[in-house]
Parts: sequence; structure tokens; C-alpha cells
Amino acid sequence: MVDTGLIPLAVAIPLGAGFLIPLVPKKAVRVADALAVIAATGIGAVVAGMFGLLRSDAEHSIVYAVGGWKPPFGISMVLDSLSWLMLAVIAGVALCSVVYATQYMDTYTARGKFYGLFFLMVAGMCGVVLTGDLFNMYVFMEVAAISSYALVAFGCEAEELEASFKYGVLGSAASFLVLFALAMLYGRFGTVNLVHLSEKIHAAPPEAGGVVTFAEILMVAGFGLKAALVPFHAWLPDAHPSAPTPVSAMLSGVLIKAVGVYSLARMVFNVFGLTPDVSYTLMLVAALSMVGGVLLAVMQWDFKRLLAYHSISQIGYVVLGIGLGTPLGVMAGLFHLVNHSVFKSLLFLNAGAVERATGTRRLDEMGGLSEKMPLTGGTSMVASMSIAGLPPFNGFFSKTLVILACVEAGRYGFALLAVLGSVLTLASFLKVQKYGFFGDVAERWKNVREAPVLMSAAMLVLAVACLGLSLLVVPGIRDIVLVPAGQVLLAGAKGVTTLASAP
Amino acid sequence: MLIYVLIMLLFAVGLYGISSQGNIIKIVVSLAILEDAANILLIVLGYRRGGIAPIKATDQSVAEFTARAVDPLPQAMVLTSIVIGLGVTMLLVALAIRLYQRYGTYDIAEMKRLRG
Repeated sequence: MVDTGLIPLAVAIPLGAGFLIPLVPKKAVRVADALAVIAATGIGAVVAGMFGLLRSDAEHSIVYAVGGWKPPFGISMVLDSLSWLMLAVIAGVALCSVVYATQYMDTYTARGKFYGLFFLMVAGMCGVVLTGDLFNMYVFMEVAAISSYALVAFGCEAEELEASFKYGVLGSAASFLVLFALAMLYGRFGTVNLVHLSEKIHAAPPEAGGVVTFAEILMVAGFGLKAALVPFHAWLPDAHPSAPTPVSAMLSGVLIKAVGVYSLARMVFNVFGLTPDVSYTLMLVAALSMVGGVLLAVMQWDFKRLLAYHSISQIGYVVLGIGLGTPLGVMAGLFHLVNHSVFKSLLFLNAGAVERATGTRRLDEMGGLSEKMPLTGGTSMVASMSIAGLPPFNGFFSKTLVILACVEAGRYGFALLAVLGSVLTLASFLKVQKYGFFGDVAERWKNVREAPVLMSAAMLVLAVACLGLSLLVVPGIRDIVLVPAGQVLLAGAKGVTTLASAP
Repeated sequence: MLIYVLIMLLFAVGLYGISSQGNIIKIVVSLAILEDAANILLIVLGYRRGGIAPIKATDQSVAEFTARAVDPLPQAMVLTSIVIGLGVTMLLVALAIRLYQRYGTYDIAEMKRLRG
């Protein structure tokens, strides 16, 4: 029997911080900053502790029964390798974003409210990846989503309100699709516990398939909208750039993955079971996102908007890998998920640093900023090479693995599209570097200064991570982190069934 | 059966409203309709004609209790879901007010500082 008390802390700490920090008086800005950094570090420590917990019993997932009610009747929280991987990403990016925010948010008022919403969003995401039942997944998803709507509108400018409204309407519609599907599954099978539901779906006679298929379609559409896959992507390029920069980094880096890709994969693989039709649908949507996103990105001149379009494209790579359903594909997809959250957050932080220093996000107005902002320029170079897939950065390994997985599965067309997407990504980031950072300093940027120390530190840590995460591809390390996470998905219905037998 | 058809219809009305309405207040209302369709579906699934409250009396056998009591879980879920819906609606209405202050209109077609 392992001590499972750590598991609820991953939700409790950000939830507590989310309600506590807004109470700090407005004058005591530094107190709010300190509390936020402590809370983010606390989440990181809990997630690190969970790793030990997970290793102590590698065979089973670890179940925490909330209030002592045994599953499937009570509410359960479940920690397995996949959840842990997502938690590690959430905690890592959240910590960097908070450290960055302590100085970046100096230009905004209402610091306490910002941290409050920020940590509520983190609590929602941690809840989504830890929960063992569908209804709580919906509730936590809404906690994360509502705070993110408010954060997108945080500056209260006309554009931000407009983006937030659009995002709010589409995001809520997606949530209600999920709720509707949940209601249908509950009506048919009488349970919302993921393990129980999965067992019942697989035990059901084939003629009961209509309800299940309809529910699955609604879920794929709902979570697909949250993940901004291409037919459902319209809200993302407005919403993500409008938020304050640390939030953009969280939204693009983590939120679309935690509430979109993770939930989608969990439902499709572990509850419904991956069928060839679903696999093909996912891959098709992924390929559309991959190419469509990058084509739209190449045309952008707004730095943050360009990055937002690339998020659509990169999510395509993640879903393509996962949608393949082969061991290599799933592993590659998850690897790219981790990598994308690191380099995309870094790029957003770079864009924020540039905007703070120069007051513009237009690439054609920048120029030669590397000379004045060497650290921002250097880290953005690292991140650009990562996202474009140049060795030895992490993006190279994960993209290569995705493409190899496509070839291995005989999907040559998709492999070709992935290569094409990658080439266009490279072109687009050459443009960023050329117009933004290379060349001579324009006259008007003579007095531009490097970003302050904490913002620089956050960017530096993420840049080192871009290089360091390449190590995940080394066999010994891969077997500890990525492979078990992939196996959770590949085990299909059994992946959650083993949960039930855990103590 | 009819009730489920009506719920589907309500659901479709909500989706149609979101995609077709130009007035942002009407979009928020459509969203509320969509949410209520899902809520009503959950409630109807838990309903049992002539059912009793799901509190077991001491003189009832478990079999008799399970045969007659309504399912309490959907009601608990719908309560939670209504609260979430309230939060979403209030946030969107607050945004709509701010949007009106900025643009002087509720027409979504006239708010186009951002292009898709």
C-alpha cells in the first residue's frame, strides 16, 4: 500500500493559491509574486514526489479514492504514467510562466486577480489529467476553460474582449457537446467512472453500438474543438495572442494539450477503444491541421499570431503520432507534445519580451534585435530551430520519430505531409529570425534594453530544456518516461482496467 | 421516446443559434439553450415515474428500494452543471457589456478588428 496523499495536493495547491493570492492587498505586489512562485514551486515538488510514487509500483496505476469512497461508486483520482507526463509538463511550464510574470505583469494592474485566474486554470488542468471519472473531467475542464476565457480578456482592450467572446462561445459549445455525450453514455451504461464505463462498453452487444458511436463523435468534436484541430481551429489565433504573454505560453503550451489532446486520447484509446475508422479520422484531421496551420502561419506578420497558427500545426503532429496507434507513433506523439509545450512557451515568452521592450508585435517593424537583446535573440534562435526540427534540438527527434512512425505503418502520404509541414515551418521561422532578430538595428530601437533578469531566467531555463529534452530519446531514459506513458494508451481498454485492481 | 426527440431538437436549436445569430446576446442565449438540452437529458435519464426519494427507510428492503427510488446521481451532476453554466453565462454577458461599451453595438458582424 503506497501513500496516495500526494495526488490530491496537485489540485489542492493551485486551487488554494488561486483563491488566496487575490486576497493580498493591491499595494503588496511583491507578496503576491512571492506567493505565486512558492505555489508554482510547490506544484513542481508534488509532481516530482509523484514520480517516486509511480516508480514504487510500476505495474499499477495509483488510485486515490476521494473521501474514502471506493471506486466505481466514489470519486477517484488516478495517477498513471501518462497523467504524470502531463502533470510534469503543466508544472514545468507553469513555474517558468509565473517567474516570467513576476516582472512582465508590472505593466498591468490587478496582479492578484491575474494570479488567481492563472492558478485556477492550473488547478483545472491538473484535475483533468488526474481524474478517474468523466463528469469530473468535464467539471475540471470547465474550471480551466472559464479562467482561460477571463485571462484572454484580461487587458480589456476591444480586440481582447472580442477574442475572448469568440473563444468563450466556441469553448463552451465544445464543453456542452462533451456533457451531452456524457449524458448519453450515462443513460446507456449507468456509470461515469472511466474504468467501469470502458468495461461496460466492451461488454455491450454490438447492436448497442449506435449510442456509443454517437457519443464518441460528439466527444471527438468537443475535445477536438478544445485542441484546435483544423475544422475547429478558428478561435485559437485570436484567443492565444490576446492574452497576457505568460498566459499565452500556458494556453498554447499546455491548455490545448491537457484539456484537448489528453482527454481525446484518454477517451478514444482507453474508453472507446481505437478502431481503424477513428484512427484514420484522427490522422486526417491531424494532417489537415499540420499543413493548414503552417500555411496560414507563413502569411502572418504579427509575431504572437504567427506563433498561435504554429500551435495548430504542431498539435497536428502530436495527434498524427497518437492517431497512428502504433507503439512508435504514440510514443513519438507524446514526445512531440512535451517538446512543443517547451519550445512554444519559450517562443511566446520571447515575443512578450520583444513586445515589452519595443511596444510592437509586428515583425516588419522589428529588425536587428539580437544585438540589443542578445539573450532573447539567442533563446528565440534555439526555440526556432527546435520547432523547425533542426538537430540537435528536441523538435528534431520527435518530428523525425513521427515521420518514421508514419513510414513504419505504411502511411507514406501522411509522412510526406509531415515533411512538407516541417519545411514550411522552417521557412516561417527563418522569416521570424530574419525580420525580427538579424540584420542592423533600426534607428528607433537604439535604446532597446534586454529583458529584466527574472524574465531572462525563465527564457534561459526553457532554452536549456529544449536541448535537454533531446535526452528523452536515449533508450534508458525513454524507457522510464515516454514508453510507459505510451503503453497506458496502447493497452486500450486494459489500460484503465488495471486501475480497478489497484489497492 | 418523444421526449428524447424533443431534447435533440432543443440541442439542434442551440447549435443553430450559436452559428446563425448575429446579436451577441442571442448567441449567449443559444448557448444556454444548448446547455439546458444536455441538462434535461441527464434529468430525464434519472427520472422514474412514481419513483420515491433516494433515501432508504429502515423498513425497506434493498431490493424494494432499488426498484422504486429515482437515480440521484444525474440530479447531483445537473446541479453542478447548472452552476458551471451560470458561470459561463455570466462571464459572457459581462464580456458582451464591455464589448457594447467599446463598439456601441451588439452586432458581431461589426466587430472585426480581428480577422479569422
